[in-house]
Amino acid sequence: MKILVPVKRVIDYNVKPRVKADGTGVDLANVKMSMNPFDEIAVEEAIRLKEKGVATEIIAVSIGEQKSQETLRTALAMGADRAILIVSETEVEPLGVAKLLAKVVEEEAPGLVILGKQAIDDDSNQVGQMLAALTGRPQGTFASAVVVDGDSVTVTREVDGGLETVKLATPAIVTTDLRLNEPRYASLPNIMKAKSKPMAQKTPADYGVDVAKRLTTLKVVEPPKRTAGIKVADVDALVAKLKDMGVAA
Amino acid sequence: MKTLVWVEYDAAGIKDATLSAITAASQLGEVHLIVAGKGIDGVAADAARIAGVGKVHVADDAAFDHALAENVAPLIVELMGHHDAFVAPATANGKNIAPRVAALLDVMQISEILSVESADTFTRPTYAGNAIATVQSSDAKKVITVRGTSFAKAERSGGSGTVEAVASTGDKGLSSFVGAELSKSDRPELASAKIIVSGGRALQNSENFHSLIEPLADKLGAGVGASRAAVDAGYVPNDYQVGQTGKIVAPEVYIAVGISGAIQHLAGMKDSKTIIAINKDEDAPIFQVADIGLVGDLFKIVPELTEKL
Repeated sequence: MKILVPVKRVIDYNVKPRVKADGTGVDLANVKMSMNPFDEIAVEEAIRLKEKGVATEIIAVSIGEQKSQETLRTALAMGADRAILIVSETEVEPLGVAKLLAKVVEEEAPGLVILGKQAIDDDSNQVGQMLAALTGRPQGTFASAVVVDGDSVTVTREVDGGLETVKLATPAIVTTDLRLNEPRYASLPNIMKAKSKPMAQKTPADYGVDVAKRLTTLKVVEPPKRTAGIKVADVDALVAKLKDMGVAA
Repeated sequence: MKTLVWVEYDAAGIKDATLSAITAASQLGEVHLIVAGKGIDGVAADAARIAGVGKVHVADDAAFDHALAENVAPLIVELMGHHDAFVAPATANGKNIAPRVAALLDVMQISEILSVESADTFTRPTYAGNAIATVQSSDAKKVITVRGTSFAKAERSGGSGTVEAVASTGDKGLSSFVGAELSKSDRPELASAKIIVSGGRALQNSENFHSLIEPLADKLGAGVGASRAAVDAGYVPNDYQVGQTGKIVAPEVYIAVGISGAIQHLAGMKDSKTIIAINKDEDAPIFQVADIGLVGDLFKIVPELTEKL
C-alpha cells in the first residue's frame, strides 16, 4: 500500500517563542525552523512499515510557504519516496489543511495516512481527525503502536487512563504520539540522494479548495509571567512552608 | 444560543473535566448534554442533576461504548441541527471526537479554550503556552474544546434537567474496540488533584521513582506526575506525563522533584498556584518559575521530607 505522510514546518521545539510587541503574533523572523516533532515520528513509522514490506511507496506532503521544501527534503532524506508541496504563503488553518489533504488522498488513494497528533506551534490537534471525517475513514489518534494486518490496522492509543487498542478498517488515518518510535537521523548520502527525488508543486487553487480562514486572530499576548520565588535552606524550612500553606499537618 | 456538551464518564461516574466544560458552555447560553453509551441510565440521571443543565440527550447503544469517534461524531452532528455550539472537554476523548464533528459540520474547531470573551471570541494557548491568542470565529456553529483547569467545575447537584432519549445513528462499521490497559491507582487523578508530586529523569530508575516519589505523594494525599524524560525512560507509564504533550494540570501545589523545567513540561504545570522545586542544579530553569526552591540532592531531601511531614 501507499502511505501518505503530511509534515509541517514549525519553529524548532527548543526555541522559546517571542510574542511580537504589537500583539499580532509570534516573531518568526530569523528563528530556527524544523520539522514538527510529531511529524518526524510519522515519517519514521511510514519508513518502518516500508522496511517490513507493508508499504510500497511513501509520499510526503506539506502545505505552506516555499521554505517548506526544506521540510519535505528532510522527509525524503529520512526515506520518503517523493513529495508534494502545496504552496500557500498565508497560513492555512487545520480545516483548510484537512480539505487539501482529502483531495490528495482522493488522487493518491493511500492505504494509510500517518500524521503527527499536533503541531507544536498552533497546538490544535485537529488535522488528522478532520481528514478522517472528510474522507469517511476511521481514525486511530495518539498512536503508540501501529500494526497493519491485511485489510485492517490495529492501533494502540494513549488515552487519559492508560492505553486503549482499536481495530480500524483500512484505508485509515493514524496520528502519532511521542512514544510510537524514535525517528532516525538522515545520513549525508541520503540527504544528497534526497535532492534528486521528485517534488511536485501545487497550489490550493489546483485542488479547487477554498482555504479562507474561519478564525481571526485578534491579538496574541504573552501569558502572565511567573517570577522566581524564594529558596529555602533545608528540609525543615520547606516543611515549615508547607505547614504555613496548610498542605501539611 | 443552545450549546451541546459531551459528557465524559467512566465506571466511577461523570468526570470533572465535563463539569468544567459545562461551566464554559453556560457562558455561551442554554446548556444541553449528550450522554452516549450502553446501559447509561445512571450516568444520565447524574447528568440531569448537574446545576444549570437543561436537556440531557441520551443515546443508548453498544455502538457508542468506548466513545469511538467514527460512531459518535455522526450522532453529535445529528443533534447539532438543533444546537449552535458543541463543547467538549479537552481530554483524550474530547480531542479525538470534536475535530471529527467540526469537519463534518464544515467549521473550524477552537481548541482548548482558556476563556469565553463573547459568543464568538475565545482565548487559547499556542506555542506550548508561550503565547495566548484571542480568536474570533466566523462560523455559524461553534465547535470548542475546553481546558478543564481554566474553568470552575459546575456543581454536581441542584439541577433539574429533563432526560430525553435520542435515536441511535448506529455502528458505522469502520472501527472496533479491542481492549484497554488502564493504570490502576488509588491516588487522586492528575487532572483534579489539589497537590501533585512529579518526578523527573534525576530519579534514575523506576525503583527510585516508586520508593521516593510515591511515599511523599501518599503522605500529602497527592497525585503523582512525571516529566517526559521520566516517562520515556520507562520509570512510569505515559499517562503520568505532565506537559504540552501530556496532561495539563493546575493544582494548588505542584512539587517538581528532579525536573529541570523544559518548555514542554512548563506548558503543562505553570498555572499551578504554588510551585515547589527540588533540584541539585541551582541553574535549572524550573527555579525561574518556582515559588519555593530547595537546592540539593533529591536522594537525601525526599526521604527526609517524607519523614518530617
